[in-house]
Amino acid sequence: ILIGVTCSPPQNYPLYIRSVPTENELKFHYTVHTSLDVVDEKISAMGKALVDQRELYLGLLYPTEDYKVYGYVTNSKVKFVMVVDSSNTALRDNEIRSMFRKLHNSYTDIMCNPFYNPGDRIHSRAFDNMVNSMMMQVC
Amino acid sequence: ITEVCGAKRVGYFGPAQFYIALKLIAAAQSGFPVRIESIKNELPLPQFMALKNDSEVRYGPPAELHGVKFQVPHATLEKNSYKRTDEEDKQEPKSPPMSPICSPPASPSTYQRIPLSYGYGNSRSGLEQQHGAPYEVRHSTHQQDGPSSGNYGAKPAVACSTLNRSLSAEREQQDSSAHYVDDPWRITEEQRDYYINQFRSLQPDLNSFISGSVAKNFFTKSKLPIPELSHIWELSDVDCDGALTLPEFCAAFHLVVARKNGYQLPETLPETLLPEYLQAASLKPIRDCALFDSYSESLPGSQQTRDFSRTEKVSAEEVPDNSALLQDAKKDDKQALKVNVALKMIPKEFQHLTVKTAAQESNALKARPRSRSYSSTSIEDAMKKGEEPPTPPPRPQKSHSRASSLDLNKIFQQNTQAVRSGWLPPPPPALPPRPSVSQ
Repeated sequence: ILIGVTCSPPQNYPLYIRSVPTENELKFHYTVHTSLDVVDEKISAMGKALVDQRELYLGLLYPTEDYKVYGYVTNSKVKFVMVVDSSNTALRDNEIRSMFRKLHNSYTDIMCNPFYNPGDRIHSRAFDNMVNSMMMQVC
Repeated sequence: ITEVCGAKRVGYFGPAQFYIALKLIAAAQSGFPVRIESIKNELPLPQFMALKNDSEVRYGPPAELHGVKFQVPHATLEKNSYKRTDEEDKQEPKSPPMSPICSPPASPSTYQRIPLSYGYGNSRSGLEQQHGAPYEVRHSTHQQDGPSSGNYGAKPAVACSTLNRSLSAEREQQDSSAHYVDDPWRITEEQRDYYINQFRSLQPDLNSFISGSVAKNFFTKSKLPIPELSHIWELSDVDCDGALTLPEFCAAFHLVVARKNGYQLPETLPETLLPEYLQAASLKPIRDCALFDSYSESLPGSQQTRDFSRTEKVSAEEVPDNSALLQDAKKDDKQALKVNVALKMIPKEFQHLTVKTAAQESNALKARPRSRSYSSTSIEDAMKKGEEPPTPPPRPQKSHSRASSLDLNKIFQQNTQAVRSGWLPPPPPALPPRPSVSQ
């Protein structure tokens, strides 16, 4: 039960949203949207440039009663947000990190595509496949 | 049947007539009346018993019709309507049974295999592609089992030769267009030459890359919609470096051509468009690449293949350890059908085409399994991101294994290149002070 979202600055509109399962999707969307504020807060809290992956990975943003939200931001200020069900205790921090890494890698692959304009919604099938496989792994 | 399918009228069995005839044969064998309307039914495939020795039916009937379906799109696109629907009936590999009766026309020998044989299990050794493309007469390497002799009985043989003539006539003119795809995912010689010339016009050095922006401008001229071009790029740029090498470019161009001719883009890159395959084929038309046949359909798009295709300049089968590696990694049952004769025959003149040395490649191959799965250190990410969106320079060969760490660190710190290899940071003593990444 997981969502991956990519949002790009400055407007922070989502480039990509995917969730499994699909019920309560709107709630997840909303959660992601609100957690963007938390992300921004964390970013502005660190004044210096983010070159360290530790800082790129923002960690547990906002634990609520039902789920946890994790954040990750790239150098170009593209944010990845992941919402995970709290009941899924099998997910450790390392796994979340590795999932973000994979997301980041796939995102750079998309960037390499000259037909992709940064800021467009992401329609890449390779990216979809990667996200799907990742989510299947978790659930 | 001959009359109904129109062969009498036009005087020969063109592909359209031939396919209708086969359908009618199937209809007749199923008990339907021989009429044009009968072919609209969902028919089982016709049985041609007289074609071989009495005992064996060489052509699995499925193969025939399936082969028919295959050929239709290639030969006559307008027949798509009923042909395409049947195409999905049997997904079996076809191997071209070229009958020696039908000697090949001047067209290139790249049509060995039945098109669309990728993705299909290769266990159908008995199958031969009969009619459809007599011009695809293959030399004996492809005869699967047993009798390579004319596959048809007398009548079909006659039909075959007439077909051959008519089809070769068609093919000649189609060949000249240089955009005709017989097997949609296999590049003919003319096409290859055309692509190479186009590549040259964009980038005079055939061993070098075409940058992303140049390629984008070029392919945008094809007037395909951007999402499709984007997908084509995704498929063809297997190492995802934002630039196209010659094989990648050929694959991309070929996909554009196919798309413009009405074919749907595949989800993953077909085997025949893989860079190693194209690299190999560029020097010598490869009949059966058992090595590449072992790539399952799902793999091309996957990371594994990407890893292996990183050194697209060096065809994998050249280096024995690489081929062993690849075969081990990707081995499945698909070997059976393809006769891997040509594999061994790839001349060493390949080497001169390669940019990266074999040594590098083997290093890379070792390093590759790690390359993407461990995803990079932060600095690599930083560099990666720092170079988006302008087209990043072509990535250097991933020749770094754990041992050769120190230089790489310096390179990273100088921030000269966006290296996307995902090798783990070297052991601490050699490491310049860099924030350590927790894996």
